[in-house]
Amino acid sequence: MTKYIIRRIFYLILTLFIVASVTFFLMKFLPGTPYSNQAKLQPSQIAIMNQKYGLNKPLWDQYLIYMGNLLHGNLGTSFQFNNQPVTQLIAHDIGPSMQIGTQAMIVGSVLGILLGAVAAIKKNTWVDSGATFISILGISIPSFVLAVLLQYYFGYKLQWFPVALWQNFSSSILPTLALAAFPLANVARFMRTEMVDVLDSDYIELAKAKGDSERKTITHHALRNSLIPVITIVGPMAVSIMTGSLVVENIFSIPGIGNQFVQSILTNDYPTIMGLTIFYSFLLVVIILVVDILYGIIDPRIRLGNGGKE
Amino acid sequence: MAQKVLDVKDLSIDFDTLNGTVKAIRDVSFHLDKGETLALVGESGSGKSITVRTIMRLLADNETITNGTIDFEGKDILKESKKEMDKIRGGKIAMISQDPMTSLDPTMNIGNQVAEPLRVHEGMSKHKALEQAAEVLEEVGIPNARERMRDYPHQFSGGQRQRIVIAMAIIDNPDVLIADEPTTALDVTVQAQIIKLLKDLKDKIGTSIIFITHDLGVVANIADRVAVMYAGKIVEYGTVDDIFYNPQHPYTWGLLDSMPTLSMNSDRLNTIPGTPPNLINPPKGDAFYARNKYALKIDHEKQPPFFKVSDTHYAATWLLDKRAPKVTPPESIQKRQAEFKKRGEADHD
Ligand SMILES: Nc1ncnc2c1ncn2[C@@H]1O[C@H](COP(=O)(O)OP(=O)(O)OP(=O)(O)O)[C@@H](O)[C@H]1O
Ligand SMILES: [Mg+2]
Repeated sequence: MTKYIIRRIFYLILTLFIVASVTFFLMKFLPGTPYSNQAKLQPSQIAIMNQKYGLNKPLWDQYLIYMGNLLHGNLGTSFQFNNQPVTQLIAHDIGPSMQIGTQAMIVGSVLGILLGAVAAIKKNTWVDSGATFISILGISIPSFVLAVLLQYYFGYKLQWFPVALWQNFSSSILPTLALAAFPLANVARFMRTEMVDVLDSDYIELAKAKGDSERKTITHHALRNSLIPVITIVGPMAVSIMTGSLVVENIFSIPGIGNQFVQSILTNDYPTIMGLTIFYSFLLVVIILVVDILYGIIDPRIRLGNGGKE
Repeated sequence: MAQKVLDVKDLSIDFDTLNGTVKAIRDVSFHLDKGETLALVGESGSGKSITVRTIMRLLADNETITNGTIDFEGKDILKESKKEMDKIRGGKIAMISQDPMTSLDPTMNIGNQVAEPLRVHEGMSKHKALEQAAEVLEEVGIPNARERMRDYPHQFSGGQRQRIVIAMAIIDNPDVLIADEPTTALDVTVQAQIIKLLKDLKDKIGTSIIFITHDLGVVANIADRVAVMYAGKIVEYGTVDDIFYNPQHPYTWGLLDSMPTLSMNSDRLNTIPGTPPNLINPPKGDAFYARNKYALKIDHEKQPPFFKVSDTHYAATWLLDKRAPKVTPPESIQKRQAEFKKRGEADHD
């Protein structure tokens, strides 16, 4: 297991390195320049600025400098936000993003698992059809559309929640729901499929034959067995929440890194784009690694490797 | 006379399917005596599994019991409440399933799985139940059972897993043990070991067993009585000797003929030609009519009732009717019957 984790961490670093390199070069091909008032600037002024930010050096040198800094945890300084270090920008804005991201993750997985499990238990009844309907809605409505709808009805019309104001917990509810819908639907669908299979399996039948009540077969045998494969979609779920947050934060004016990311792209703020891309990738690969390790811990068939005898 | 533990009467079961209602079990009656092993044999699809699963009330969603009673301890199992049924299952009636590779929960260690019936039925403390589970696992022949209680199913071989399933079934001393092809999924040497284990256990704890198998060799080895099923009906039943050496129903003849034997040194296996009838519209007469070389006209028109051959032996074929013409059974069967007669005479001397 330790060997496995070490190997995985090595791949994780390699992945980040590749992501950093690819983003670096791709970004250089973004149209436009970092200067918002380019047209009014004299060539000499631009030259000075380029020098200041190191943009006059050969591409290769810029790349090496950047990667060197990256190794020391330095993501450079932002062009637009008063030369603040990018790491500091991220640290400053990460709070709200983390909050709605985590909330969406929890709401999405917990409700998704429940919905999927109930649908499987009540297979082929109206409960099941209802759950399927919710899943289809959740999967087919993009999070930004849902965000706008929620904002309109619950924020503007009913005024239950703030429309676009980041203040307290209640400001986080609508964005959380907007972000959670897709993962919720996905988890529910996946969970249903898994659980239907499990409920149909020989060992569930035998559990009943042992005298386990219907409830006990579900809580003691069916749930755990169906949950194990569901863990694998936590990774993709995190991706959908992260990408969704870019737009959703914007719609609800949440001062988070998703919002910041969009701004930095609009202004060609290279260091911030790079920094955030690397940060997002980092989060993602760490989540996937943690999920894989968790999977190994929870599933005895993987945990014990081939230590058993066959 | 032996005491009946289980008495199935006139059991009929339908399945709703897209093509119509399948009348899968039709008027099945049989009983199980205390301490005996009853083998249920018959071609694939004849309704063996459905019958025994109904005893445990493990029904499919599209399944309806249209008629019948299953008497167990003076009560009709088919009328028990869900709660009562949970008490019977795994406590008084236990089951061993066919495929040991899939019948254990892959995410629960075997100690807990084997101890579960005691926890459920006897309300035993975890510690005590696990202690007893270790003992039973040793009894069924799991080496180092005590050290292996925390291991998971995938760490055991197929044969060992079936031993674990057996341990799970016998741990609460059931009155009836249902074994639905418990060795089919295992390789031959392991099969023999498992059969031996079941025989030993039966002698030791005196459980009555219903044993389903396709292997007539196993039947001869383990069973006291045999019931032969065809197309959702029992067509003949009797002691092992009755069925093996004095079979009366042409279907039983076919079944015995398709059994490889050493003594009869026949080098080819005879399978019964044809296929069982569609049970959405079961034939009016004997379901075996279409495949029966010895069929009479009446077989086509009227269901044969059970004719008594001896006190222990009954067969549902018109051939046993007084008015029926004498038919000569296939040679192999004649040999069997000759041997049976010889034995009978020897017994009388
Ligand atoms: N859920 C179901 N829906 C429709 N028909 C079913 C269902 N379950 C069983 N049957 C039918 O009932 C009949 C009896 O099935 P059963 O499983 O009892 O056969 P079996 O004698 O155990 O056969 P095998 O030796 O192959 O195990 C079969 O013809 C099968 O097609
Ligand atoms: Mg079967």
